[in-house]
Amino acid sequence: MADLIVTTSALEVACNKIDESLIKAGVHTVLLVDQAGNVVASRGGGPKEIDIISLAALTAANFAATSELAKLIGEDDFTLLFHKGKKDSLHFVRINSDLIMVSIFDDNVSLGLVRLRVAEVIKVIKELFEP
Amino acid sequence: MALIDLSKREIHCKIVYYGPGRCGKTTNLLYIYNAMSEKTKGKMITIETKGERTLFFDLLPLTLGKVGGFDIRIQLYTVPGQALYEATRKLVLKGADGLVFVADSLRVRQVKNRESLEELRRSLREYGASLGEVPMVLQYNKRDLVSSPIPTIGVEELDRDLNNGLVFPRFEAAATKGVGVFETLKEISKRTVRHVTQKNMLVGR
Repeated sequence: MADLIVTTSALEVACNKIDESLIKAGVHTVLLVDQAGNVVASRGGGPKEIDIISLAALTAANFAATSELAKLIGEDDFTLLFHKGKKDSLHFVRINSDLIMVSIFDDNVSLGLVRLRVAEVIKVIKELFEP
Repeated sequence: MALIDLSKREIHCKIVYYGPGRCGKTTNLLYIYNAMSEKTKGKMITIETKGERTLFFDLLPLTLGKVGGFDIRIQLYTVPGQALYEATRKLVLKGADGLVFVADSLRVRQVKNRESLEELRRSLREYGASLGEVPMVLQYNKRDLVSSPIPTIGVEELDRDLNNGLVFPRFEAAATKGVGVFETLKEISKRTVRHVTQKNMLVGR
């Protein structure tokens, strides 16, 4: 498996796009995580302090576990996961074979809007981190 | 798969502690966690299950100084050792930059050690890697039991079983007392960071 090298310029473009599309729309935290569970970028930051290192590791593990679930039902992979909480919810999406994006938002933001904006952001990030 | 962040000048590596069930992988991590200062360690995550066995993984993030101007961040993972959880072990192994194989010195665990190493070889192959390619260190754990009446395996025999030709550096350890724990960590961190930086030509040889 090749190592993931993140350049300053690519990261800047990705972060700007995340801020503009998701943070402005009310999503309080967005993380870019690699498949090994490392934090590539973290934007926003809600009122509560979140342990992003743990969140990133568990995200990668969660994706790995659910892709095994997918295989059991004859799918290759699930590209999107959504965990609904009482107040805050988590939205995970696989960008490419290396990256996962996690959005954390509360009940003031609609899931539909998040999905729409996430799709825009993915398009940009996919091009930036073309393997 | 290491992450090299040129913007923050950080290298993130993943080191996985592998080995048969009850050999002391989590004990290694716990000892490191308790011994390191607050500044250099992160929060240890253990996915709680009933009993004291690891079901998914334990994770301990550490910061280990600078190499060639890059901050080194290491995440230590353990796998569940029980034979049943092969699929989970494979998931945790994904993207590992360095490996510690913890072997159990108890005579009754001799076959389990061999089986576990064989499984590691097989899983790596499925990820397109081989045992020699990923930096690895062996740890012969529970050496404190040698002097007890419980039958144990000698170091030479462990070498023959698991490390034929002494390809990998190996350390004798008693993880519950911390003996050999940091020696193992130091060696695997050094080898992993060297491997990642040389592969990506970040520092000279």
